Amino acid sequence: MIEKAPTRPADAVTVTGVDKVFSTGKGEVRALDGIDMTVSAGEFVSLIGPSGCGKSTLLRLIADLDEPTVGEIRVFGKAARRARVDQDYGIAFQQAALLPWRTVEDNIALPLELHKVGAAERRARVAELIELVGLGDFGEKYPDQLSGGMQQRVAIARALAEKPNLLLMDEPFGALDEMTREYLQTELLRISAETRAAVVFVTHSIPEAVYLSDRVVVMSPRPGRIDGIVPMQLGSPSSRSDDIREDAAYFEMITAVREVLHGGAPIPKGVETR
Amino acid sequence: MNRSLRDGSVRILAPVVLGAVVVIAWQLLAGSGLVEAYLLPSPAAIGEQIVEFAPSMVSASGITGLNSLIGLIIGSVFGILLALLAVALRVIDWMVEPIVAALAVIPIVALAPVLNTMFGADSQFGRQAIAALASFVPVFINTVRGLRQTRPVHRDLMRAYAASGVQVMRTLTLPTAIPFVFTGIRLAASLAVISALVAEYFGGPRGGLGGLIATSAASSAYPRAWAYVVASIILGLAFFLVTLAIERWATGRRAPVPL
Repeated sequence: MIEKAPTRPADAVTVTGVDKVFSTGKGEVRALDGIDMTVSAGEFVSLIGPSGCGKSTLLRLIADLDEPTVGEIRVFGKAARRARVDQDYGIAFQQAALLPWRTVEDNIALPLELHKVGAAERRARVAELIELVGLGDFGEKYPDQLSGGMQQRVAIARALAEKPNLLLMDEPFGALDEMTREYLQTELLRISAETRAAVVFVTHSIPEAVYLSDRVVVMSPRPGRIDGIVPMQLGSPSSRSDDIREDAAYFEMITAVREVLHGGAPIPKGVETR
Repeated sequence: MNRSLRDGSVRILAPVVLGAVVVIAWQLLAGSGLVEAYLLPSPAAIGEQIVEFAPSMVSASGITGLNSLIGLIIGSVFGILLALLAVALRVIDWMVEPIVAALAVIPIVALAPVLNTMFGADSQFGRQAIAALASFVPVFINTVRGLRQTRPVHRDLMRAYAASGVQVMRTLTLPTAIPFVFTGIRLAASLAVISALVAEYFGGPRGGLGGLIATSAASSAYPRAWAYVVASIILGLAFFLVTLAIERWATGRRAPVPL
C-alpha cells in the first residue's frame, strides 16, 4: 500500500504571497491577490467567501491544477507540482465526477489502478473504503443508479483511496439537499478524524464551514483576498456531533465568521486580520 | 392488465394495424382497375414474385450485403483511425476537415460510374469503395465529436492523479467516445447499404439487389422489381437493427444515446 513516511513536515500546505491573474479576451482578471495561508498537518481549514472570491482558484492552485502567477505553494514542504505527482493529496469536486461506465467499486479503485496497485490489494482497499463511506451494498451499482449524496460519498471514498495526508474538497456538498448535506458533514468529520488527514474545504455555507473546521478562512472578491482567519472555539472537530448545531458557542462562531465576511466591525477577538 | 404493459402492447400493435390497413387498401386499389398494374402492382403479385424468386433474392442480398459490410468496416476503421489522428494533431484536423466537408456534401454514388470504370466491369471493388466512402463520413465526424466530449472535471481528476497520456486515453477519452463511435457506425450502416445498392445501377457485375431492380424494371417485370425493393428494405433494416443492437450493448450503463 501507499504508506507515507512516518516523519513529515508539520505543515500540510503553505501559501506564500500568491497572486493569480487570468488573461481573458477583455483583459486581465485578478483572481487572487497576496494570499498567505498555512494549513497544519491534520487540520481542517475551510475557505469561505462569495462567488468570485477565488476560493476555488486557491484550491486548484494547491492541487496544481493551475499555477500561481506570483508566489509559492508548498504541500508537505514540496512544490505543489511535486506533491501532485507524488499523490500527496486526494481531491473531491462539487460534481462527484464519477466515470459513468464504471461501477462504484471500479470508480473507487480508479486512482489505485492508475498507480499500479496490485489487484488483490486494490480489492481489499476498495472493500475497506466502501465500508468507511457506508455504501456496503452498492459496490456493483453504476453511478446513475445512486442518489446525488451517494455519488458524492463514492467521490470521497475515491479521494481517500491512497490514504492521503491532505484532502482537497471543492464544495463537495454544494449540490445536495440540506438533510443529506448535514448527514455527510458529520460523516466527513468522522472520516477525517479516522484518517487524520488535513482538509482544505471550499464552501459558501457559513454553518458548514463552522461545523467542520478548526479554522475558517474568510475571503472577499475582486481581487480575491483573505479578509480574516477565524479559529473555531468549539473543541476539536473530531469530538463534534450534530448536537453542537444547537449550542450557543456554535452560533457565536457563525456570527464571528459572518461579521468578517460582511466586513462588519467589531472584529471578534481571536481573529487574525491582515 | 397494468398500465405500462397495456401501453407497451398498444405501441407494438398500433404500427402493425396501420401497416395491415395500408396493405389491404393497396391491394383493393390495385385490384380495382382504377390504377394500371404496371404503375402499382398489387401486394399479392409482389408476394408471388417474392416466393418465386426467393433463392435469387437471398443470393442477391448476400452480394449487396457483403459489399455493404466490407465498405462499412473499411470506412469505419478509416474513420476511427483518422479521427484519433485528427484529435491528437491539430494539423491533421485542419488537413482533413475540408476533405470531409467535401465528402459530406457530394453524393458519393455520383462517383459510381467513375469507380466502376476504374476497377473494371467484373469487380465488386468500386461498390465497396463507395460504401466505404459513404460510411467514413458519419463515423469520422461522430468519433471526433466523441473524443472531444471529456468533461473538464474528469480532465482535472486525471491531472490530479498525474495520469499519463496513454492512461487518460484508455480510462477516460476512449470510453467517453465509444457511444459516439457506435452512433456513427449505426448512421453509416444505412448509408453503406444504400450506396452499395445504388452503385449497382451504374454497371459492374450483375447479381446484386440494385442490379436486379434495374434489370427487372427495364424488362417491365414491375412486381419482380418491387419484390427486390422489399428485399433491399429488409437488408437495410437488418443493417440498421444489428448496428443499433451493437450500439445499445456498447453503451451499456450510460446516459441514453440520442437516436
